[in-house]
Amino acid sequence: MNTIISAKKIVKSFHNGVTDQTVLRGVSLDIALGEFVIIIGRSGAGKSTLLYQLGLLDHPTHGTLRIGEVDTEKLSSRERTQFRLSELGYIFQDYALVPELTASENIMIPLLSRGLSKKESLLFAKNALEKVGIASKWKNLPSQLSGGEQQRVSIARAIAGNPKIVFADEPTANLDSESSALVVNMFRTLHKEGQTIVMVTHEEEYTQYADRVVTLRDGEIIDIKRRK
Amino acid sequence: MNFNSISVGIFLAIRQIRRANIWTNILIVFVMTLTFLNLVVVGGILVGLIEASVKSNRTHYSSDLFLTNRLEKTYIEGSTKIIKFVEGLPEVSAVTARYVESGRLEAGYKERTRQGDILDNASGLITGIDPEKENEVTELARKVVEGEYLESGDEDQILIGGNLLFKYSPIDSPGLRNLKTADLGSRVRLVVNGNTKEVTIKGIIKSKVGELDQRIFITDRVLRGMIGRTDYNVDEIAVKLKDPAYVGQVKQILIDEGFDTQAKIRTWNEAQPKFLVDIKDAFGLLGDIIGSVGLVVASITIFIVIFVNAITRRKYIGILKGVGVDSFAIEVAYIIQSLFYAVAGTVIGVIVLYGILVPFVDAHPINFPFSDGILVATVSGTLWRAFALLVATIIAGYIPAKIVSRQNTLDAILGR
Repeated sequence: MNTIISAKKIVKSFHNGVTDQTVLRGVSLDIALGEFVIIIGRSGAGKSTLLYQLGLLDHPTHGTLRIGEVDTEKLSSRERTQFRLSELGYIFQDYALVPELTASENIMIPLLSRGLSKKESLLFAKNALEKVGIASKWKNLPSQLSGGEQQRVSIARAIAGNPKIVFADEPTANLDSESSALVVNMFRTLHKEGQTIVMVTHEEEYTQYADRVVTLRDGEIIDIKRRK
Repeated sequence: MNFNSISVGIFLAIRQIRRANIWTNILIVFVMTLTFLNLVVVGGILVGLIEASVKSNRTHYSSDLFLTNRLEKTYIEGSTKIIKFVEGLPEVSAVTARYVESGRLEAGYKERTRQGDILDNASGLITGIDPEKENEVTELARKVVEGEYLESGDEDQILIGGNLLFKYSPIDSPGLRNLKTADLGSRVRLVVNGNTKEVTIKGIIKSKVGELDQRIFITDRVLRGMIGRTDYNVDEIAVKLKDPAYVGQVKQILIDEGFDTQAKIRTWNEAQPKFLVDIKDAFGLLGDIIGSVGLVVASITIFIVIFVNAITRRKYIGILKGVGVDSFAIEVAYIIQSLFYAVAGTVIGVIVLYGILVPFVDAHPINFPFSDGILVATVSGTLWRAFALLVATIIAGYIPAKIVSRQNTLDAILGR
């Protein structure tokens, strides 16, 4: 197995002013390149928290995390931002699009930050939008798009820069069943193309598409099932 | 800091401005315009009050170059030689010479019923002039608000400064006497050097130049006779130049000729009354203080606008950071927004200032007791204030952007 993510004994605690609350209790998980991993669990199980640690959006309290050859704990804040920019893609539950930017501009922003020209960025953005099936809406603002379309823009933004790993935090939670199916199908397509995907969901019906399903309860992995 | 971050910052800023609520943008730009005008206009009017006074003093009294008697002399010795020399200089446009003597005017003496009553009288400087030459240099005729200007042949006619008439200067104080009963056409007694002459008030001068409004003008020939100045030595010589820029050179020519041993030679600037210079400095300082307060208010306004904007957009700032956008790019976006508001406000302010306010106040000077106030807005002063506003705005925009962009990315995204 060509491991792309290697998390060892990840602990995440929050201090609420009086006591420490531990959300992740020594989670260890290896994810292979090109693997589609779904993390499930009840509300409060620590799914999203684990995703944030793996996606470098947060720092674990204890434990080590390697992504590829990089020991992420040794990265400075600026290097982490740079790493996220060049290696990782994110899809958030509430789409997380910047309201003043059009669909294509939302996708262009990370590309511009990577040093691409405006022209190149726009071309990449349009290609990504085409891939998610809404190429005609490249000029629309988020407010002019449906929830499903916004999530597809969010997916296009995540994949436009060809990241090594795509992280998705409950991407179908706010969508109707039709849009949800569309989004999940996109993940399947991306996975078939060799994209590494780590997705958090509480909808068990989607686990059938994953290579592996990781079940969390109370901050611990209680089960890992290989589906394929 | 790198070029990408700046480029992304500009990209974000342009879109945030373009797609922000138009009325919010207009309101912020309006506030910045008012702030800029507050910076320039308040100080400009305060300085303009004195500047107008200085200008009037130069135009109607001292002219470009002003020669007076030295302190140890009672008049300018060798006046005729000096006047002849000055008139011969190619830089000189016109010259006027004045005889000046303390004197008194008495009115209502025919109606006085009791011997012990104090006469209606006022003291002032009696100034003997050649009416034509004086008018050529100082446009004195323009300042006659009632009656007529003097003519060379006038024997018993005078012009009287408004401050010496109760009608124009209604002050009733034992220390500051003016004529209560006299008016245009009144016969009054002129007392100079022990000589008395009955004269008629031919015209009244109101100029807002203290030196003029406190004087009594009579033809030089008549005054010379009254004070017995047979040597033709005068007390003041005002010189108007074709190009006032050469005032320094002309002064030097006169000094080189040795005339500074006979007269005190001063440029119009040096001849300004000291109190005017002091008031000008004080008003300038006051204008700067008020302007500085305006600058602080503008900075706070921008700070609040950017802070509220950044706080309400905290989640999106978190998302931008989450997808890999550098904090510096986000800060650049807010700085550019602040700069946009400041530049737009300043540009509109400059247009309003030089397109409307300055021409308007020039055409309709503000009527103050001691001057017709103008709005002084020098290009260098305006640029300096515009620069100060831009710097204050950059700082005021940067601080809240820095505060918000430095927050934890995940906390910002999750709104924690």
